[in-house]
Amino acid sequence: MSGFQSDNAVVKWIDHRLPIFTYMNHELNEYPTPRNLSYMWNFGSLAGIALVIMIVTGILLAMQYTPHVDHAFASVERIMRDVNYGWLIRYVHMNGASFFFIVVYIHIFRGLYYGSYKAPREILWMLGVIIMLLMMATAFMGYVLPWGQMSFWGATVITNLFSAIPLVGEGIVTWLWGGFSVDNPTLNRFFALHYLLPFVIVGVVFLHLWALHRFGSNNPLGIDAKGPQDKIPFNPYYTVKDAFGLGVFLIFFAAFVFFAPNYMGHPDNYIEANPLVTPPHIVPEWYFLPFYAMLRAVTFDISIPFTGIILIEAKLGGVIVMFASIIILFFLPWLDSSPVRSGRFRPTFKWFFWILAIDLVALGYLGSKPAEQPYVAFAQIATAYYFFHFLILLPLLGKLERPKPLPTSISEPVLKGGGMMAGAAAKPMEKP
Amino acid sequence: MPKAMMKTFGAAAIAASILGAAIATAPRSAQAAGEAVPIPSYDWSFSGIFGTFDRAAMQRGFQVYTEVCASCHGLEYIAFRNLAALGYDEDQIKAIAATYTVGDGPDDFGEMFEREAIPADRFPPPFANENAARAAMGGAYPPDLSLMTKKRANGVNYLHALLIGYEDPPAGVEVPEGQYWNAYFPGHLISMPPPLLEDQVEFSDGTPATVEQMSSDLTTFLAWAAEPMMEERKRMGVKALLFLLVLTALLYAVKRKIWADIH
Repeated sequence: MSGFQSDNAVVKWIDHRLPIFTYMNHELNEYPTPRNLSYMWNFGSLAGIALVIMIVTGILLAMQYTPHVDHAFASVERIMRDVNYGWLIRYVHMNGASFFFIVVYIHIFRGLYYGSYKAPREILWMLGVIIMLLMMATAFMGYVLPWGQMSFWGATVITNLFSAIPLVGEGIVTWLWGGFSVDNPTLNRFFALHYLLPFVIVGVVFLHLWALHRFGSNNPLGIDAKGPQDKIPFNPYYTVKDAFGLGVFLIFFAAFVFFAPNYMGHPDNYIEANPLVTPPHIVPEWYFLPFYAMLRAVTFDISIPFTGIILIEAKLGGVIVMFASIIILFFLPWLDSSPVRSGRFRPTFKWFFWILAIDLVALGYLGSKPAEQPYVAFAQIATAYYFFHFLILLPLLGKLERPKPLPTSISEPVLKGGGMMAGAAAKPMEKP
Repeated sequence: MPKAMMKTFGAAAIAASILGAAIATAPRSAQAAGEAVPIPSYDWSFSGIFGTFDRAAMQRGFQVYTEVCASCHGLEYIAFRNLAALGYDEDQIKAIAATYTVGDGPDDFGEMFEREAIPADRFPPPFANENAARAAMGGAYPPDLSLMTKKRANGVNYLHALLIGYEDPPAGVEVPEGQYWNAYFPGHLISMPPPLLEDQVEFSDGTPATVEQMSSDLTTFLAWAAEPMMEERKRMGVKALLFLLVLTALLYAVKRKIWADIH
């Protein structure tokens, strides 16, 4: 299996005892990859790089930051003003969080479109959902650390969600806070967890890659490789393609860090936290807005008709809907009944995919608006559609839709067989 | 070749549009605070990717701050030594600091004492604490100004609009005692009396001290106070972007060369 050879005696000595060079050669160098991956396949490695950027800048910030309610805000200002290049490190970390989510959301939508969650990659997909959940928890706690107004009130709103749980809710909230309101113990434990969770993410990313390398990447055609002619070694082909993608990513990233560093932030977070003053509108960071809209969409109690017995209060309903919107993704491999992976050969699915994307952007917009009509009504429709897509549409679509004929192999999909339709659709993969 | 280019741009366009869609919501959420009035955009020496702070405007703005604002508003994150960025030399900064008194101690006998400020000190607060401020200001609490232009949406334009935005209230609107009508303050009723009056300060460079002039100079000074590293940031940003553009172009060329045999 391993084609690893070395003339270096030290490398040979080590590799005989701990075959780490053989392993790296196998997984990063000769690792066979479909030859037709489009640029949409760049976002996995970009997400990995974003994670490294966040960990490196985060550790540097932690060396200067003080997790105490009386000093946190001032210590961040000290980083911005007095620490050498502190402003750069903090702006990279701040905007890095947004870009990490942008990259990961594109990565997820790539998977949704090309059916990357289907057999045999279900566990790969589920590990990805776990990574997203961990990222959300990490980002939420990180946003609390500067101890601005949105930090404090965001933390208050989100931790209070747990009070919706019947019977034990209030106790859980007190336990989370380490007191009777968001206060110093809360800030301390959020800092500890914000430092811990990224390393948990690294661990799950390794599992994600392990599962990925079991069957290799999916590809824009969504068909399995038929033989060696369908694959190329990862290095140099995809290392250089990923490097180019990284360059493009860094151009966008630098434009924000250097010329619009606070564009994606909220001005209220430059006001020090004040438990006595509630901001007029409490909004989370943009990457949580679709979920925030779903949380607020449930404005009604669910009760047994004609009895007045309330089964689920509106608040608990909202919490359930919000968490369900992510939990549902774990079941996606079994909800989608179509055997065809790539959306390229699913003429009807393709449309619904884009409607779902628009639905989520609309939810993001609605989440940024105050909880008033008509925004709430639209958010209810959009939330209902989100669940309709996964619970009803995808199971039915696989049965009702007539997929286009699939190409016979990755290396020669256009030539013959597959028919003219598949040929036309598959054209972009032909040669980038 | 053109197809490859198209594909590259296609991928970039998709990324850009998703990015755009994502961030389009950000400023809206920012504006959500308060029933905000649309703020006009003004020209600033420090806007744009090559913008720098006008030193003369900053010095005049600093004068407006010390002679007008400082009696009620603090500047807690600024130290006297930071004034070097306005173009003052060490002796001038020492002289400015010496006009302030700061609390210090305890001394060898355990007593707290007051002394002249030195460049390493920060601007002393105008009030001992929030309660003292509210007691003196009829219940209102004048906010600290060090981050003023960053803690309001569109802060730089907002601040200037607010300072020149005092007007007579529209007919039929009752303005309560101790409040003032302002065209740009959310809700229009502000507790701060019109702070700037014609010729309130005398600029040593002979610039006429109109309300508009004082306001724009003060805004320039406070924009610096909120983001003193802005000039360094933009300078570095131009270099970083130039470097990345060249690097990315090279990487694209390498990518095409390596992939040539696959095609």
